[in-house]
Formats: sequence, structure tokens, C-alpha cells
Amino acid sequence: MADDAPQQHIKNLTMNFGPQHPAAHGVLRLVLEMDGEIVERADPHIGLLHRGTEKLIEYKTYLQAVPYFDRLDYVAPMNQEHAFALATEKLLGISVPKRGQYIRVLYCEIGRLLNHLLNITTFAIDIGAITPALWGFEEREVLMEFYERASGARLHAAYFRPGGVHQDLPAGLLDDIHLYCPRLLKMIDDLETLLTQNRIFKQRTVDVGAIDAKDAQDWGFSGPMLRASGVAWDLRKQQPYDAYADFDFDIPVGKTGDCYARYLCRMEEMRQSVRIVRQACEKMPDGPVSSTDRKVTPPPRGEMKQSMEALIHHFKLYTEGYHVPAGETYAAVEAPKGEFGVYLVADGTNKPYRCKIRAPGFAHLAATEFMSKGHMLADAVAIIGSMDVVFGEIDR
Amino acid sequence: MTPSAQTTALKELGDHIAQALPGVVTGVALPHGELTLTVARDRVSQALGFLRDDPRCAFKLLMDVCGADYPERPERFEVVYHLLSLAKNQRIRVKVTTDEATPVPSVVGVYNSANWFEREAWDLYGILFSDHPDLRRILTDYGFEGHPLRKDFPLTGYVEVRYDDEKKRVVYEPVKLTQDFRFFDFLSPWEGMTREPPVLPGDEKAAPAPAAPKAGGDD
Repeated sequence: MADDAPQQHIKNLTMNFGPQHPAAHGVLRLVLEMDGEIVERADPHIGLLHRGTEKLIEYKTYLQAVPYFDRLDYVAPMNQEHAFALATEKLLGISVPKRGQYIRVLYCEIGRLLNHLLNITTFAIDIGAITPALWGFEEREVLMEFYERASGARLHAAYFRPGGVHQDLPAGLLDDIHLYCPRLLKMIDDLETLLTQNRIFKQRTVDVGAIDAKDAQDWGFSGPMLRASGVAWDLRKQQPYDAYADFDFDIPVGKTGDCYARYLCRMEEMRQSVRIVRQACEKMPDGPVSSTDRKVTPPPRGEMKQSMEALIHHFKLYTEGYHVPAGETYAAVEAPKGEFGVYLVADGTNKPYRCKIRAPGFAHLAATEFMSKGHMLADAVAIIGSMDVVFGEIDR
Repeated sequence: MTPSAQTTALKELGDHIAQALPGVVTGVALPHGELTLTVARDRVSQALGFLRDDPRCAFKLLMDVCGADYPERPERFEVVYHLLSLAKNQRIRVKVTTDEATPVPSVVGVYNSANWFEREAWDLYGILFSDHPDLRRILTDYGFEGHPLRKDFPLTGYVEVRYDDEKKRVVYEPVKLTQDFRFFDFLSPWEGMTREPPVLPGDEKAAPAPAAPKAGGDD
């Protein structure tokens, strides 16, 4: 009987995953070659959200370039601005006053909380849990209100400027943030009761998409993706920028490098972020929030009504902008997703000659095939969810 | 480590690499305290392999590869690699130059992360990479023509897309601008005396004047 049966040819099925798929986290188009339910080949097609940010920045002054960074990783906007501000400050050779640095640290950590709240909760949606998202988004709204009270915008803040931050915090904001910290910690604990020991959640994440430390480095991973694989590396500790050296916090490191370890890392990072936020509120020094070099940062509004010099500075800075001495630099920050770097080439004019944006998600997504090969289709969803991809920064 | 100790360490590292790779490393610089190596184009894989495996370098991570365009140079493109060493907590930048026609050897064999970064450099600058396993466009549209980050590519591009309700599909059309694209250089006439001979912006037609004898020059 078996000999008579015609030769069976089983052809692999090639299918499109996205770009219109809720688990594609925006506009990922993934071409999958499936052998039954097993992923044989995964080819991510990106660029559906490409807006030419790097080209546009070459045609804008340094100050006008800042808002483009909000639109990269729109989940944690200020962390991106931070990298650009640091790069520009290095080329200009200016320093930021202590209070400015503390405000930056405070808002970077709020950004990290915003990011991890979104990632963990949408990751949970991807694998079937809806409640975390309902809880998480409520807290994100509170955190975005803190953004709004400082910068005037919930998302596109344009708050970190080269030289410092745009304006001082309004009265009472620090107290409110400090008062809010215990509530957030309680929420993180509650979130953990929903997920950490949840049987379904663990079945979907433990031993899925495991990557060891050597491969993670080979693929250029950074942030929680690298730490979950057991590499204790955090730019905030290893190469402290701004005031991070003054803060007391721990770096969580995973052991297994799978989706579950990445989830656990992010949960603990949120607690550490709350710790930093608390310290920043308590230790916030007095003084100016941005450089007092009037050739770079505009004068306060009140001064402009009195001083001709201040008026001229304001006019010059908002039309021509400042000229940055020729040179090149690479500035990297520990963004919530990993190492966010800006390679800035200045040619001595008021516009950047070249501004390359190194997005952490780009390197992570490049490893999709490596991580999901041999897994089930549903695991590929979990892997993409745990990578924390946001297409604003990947497509640029 | 203090900044000065870091700079000394990087300087020593630069000397060590230059000694270990004679004929490969063509330049070592330390602008803004960042170690920058210039490397011969056809030896770039060897250089990066050394930087990864040498115990004094141990640059296990390739963080970034990007292109940069300098049209006035004989070899207009630069390919810039940014490496990171976790063990030594150091960064290094490696540069290679090339032009439109000459391919740069791909370093995917050394670092897997180079794959997409090189695709991006090909897509945005048209820099060719030899022996790349899969050199396709990555960020631009399917069927896109040109390399948008080149300095001679206009900011507005050449085509725009819209949905045509009659044809029931997306159509590509040449870019129509209702107003000419304007690019302000903000050069100030009050600071325009830096060029030799001095030429004020907007006063270029008077430029040959210095050759002629100046009127009333000796007052």
C-alpha cells in the first residue's frame, strides 16, 4: 500500500504577518515560511513608517531637530531627546547645571516607566491577557500628565534641549510625583500577581525565544534584551551620563535569556526607576535648569522685556540658531529599549551635517529569524512582543 | 575612571592596534576623547575581526554601521562602524571610505548585527557591500529609485503617492510643490566678511570687484 501511494510533496506555506495585525506592534510586515505550524524562515519587512528623519534633520537647525526625536520612540519621547542633547553639548563643549541634570534623570526614568508599562501590558495582550493593559494604561496617563505639567505636551515634549531643559518645573510638581510613587509601586505589585506566576503566561514565555549571552552580543543587543541573557550592562552604571552617578539603584540581570526573563527584567527595572524618581524628587538641587551661556540657550522671558541684549539673543537663537563647531561625536543613552545612540557630524554651520540615529529596536528586530526559527507561529508573536519593538524608532 | 585616564587608555589602545595591524590601520585620531581608526577598505573584515578577538580590545558588540556622504571628496562615502567592548567598557569608531562603484567588504561574517545596518547603508546611500548575504533595500518603499540620504538627493524627493479613487489603487506621481522649496541658510550680512575676498550674501555679482582698483581707497 505504502509503495503504491503517489509521492507526496508538502510545500511550505508562505504567509504575511501584518502590517495590519494587532500583534505586529504597529506596521511590521513579517513574511513567514511555515512548515505546518513551525516557523522555517522569518523575513521582517520594515520601513512602512519611514519618514526620513535623518534627512530632515540635515535641513533643520539644532533646535529644530529636537522634536524629531520625540517622534522616534513615541512611547518614551524624552529619552531620545536626551541622546541628541548630549551629542550636541559635547560638540559645543557646554555643561548642564545640576538642577537641569536632575530634571533630565527624573524624566528619563518616568519615560522608562511609560515604556515598560506599555511593553509589558501589550506583551500580555499578545499572549491573551487583557487586564494588565487596562491597569497599565491608567497609570501611563498619570505619568503622561507629569510630562504635560513640565513640558506642555503628553507625548511630543521637546523638553530636553541642548544646554539643559526648556523650562523649570512648576511649583508642587515634585511633591505630586513623590506622592504618586507608592501608588505606582502598588500597581506594579498588583501587575505581578496577574502575570508572574500565571500558568498560561509562563507556558507562553518560559523557554521561548531564548538567546544566550554570546549570541545576544553578536546581534548587537542592548538594554533589557541583553541583560535578560545574563550580561550585567547598563550605560547608566557603566558610562554614567548627566547625574546618574549620584543615584543609588540596582541593575536586574536575567539568567535564561527567554521571553520570561525579559519580562522579569523589565518588571524589576520599573521598581528601580521608581527608586530613582524618588531620589530625584528628594535630592533635587536649586539653581538654573539650563546652561547660562546665552549663545546657546535663550534668555528667560522676563529678561527679554528689560534687556536689549536678551532680545537680540532670543531673536538670533530662534531664527539662525547657534553654530556648532566642526567635529563628530557619538553619544549613547540607556533608553528603555536599549542603547539609543546619536552619531552627529557637525560642519561648523547651524545645521547638523549628518545625524545618524542608532535605534535599539533595529538591532533587536534584525534577530527575529534567529530567535523564532523552529518555534511555533504563536511563539513568534510572543518573541516580537518581548523584543519591545516600536516602529517610530526602527523605521525612522 | 576619570576622563583623562580614559583618554590615556584609549591612546594606548590606539597605538596597540596600529602596531598589531600594520598596513591595515591608516590613521588613528582621538577627537572629543573618542578613538577613531581609519582602515584600508579591503582589509576591514580583518580589522574588525581583530578588534573583536584580541583580548586587549574585546569589542564584542557592533553597535552601529552607517554611511555618510561628502560629495566634494574623491571617495565620497564614509562607512562608519561603532564598536563597544563590555569587558573593557570602551568604544571605538572605525572608518572606511569608498565611492559609488567600489564595494566595501561586508562584515556580516564577523558580526551578525552588521546585516541590517549594511542593508540600510546600501538603501540610503547606495554604498555597495561585497559578499553580503542579502543586500536588499530595507527602509524605503518597494520599487524605490535613488538613495535618499545622498547630499544630491532633494529633500522633497521625486515621487509622491496618493490613493486614486477612480483607479481604486495607490498611484505614484511626480512631486508637485504649490510653493517652491525654500532653504534658508541664515548667513548674516553682518558676519559675511569671513570669505576672501569678502563677499556679502546676495552681493555675489560684486565679487570680482577686488581685482579692480578700489575707488577712494586711500583716505
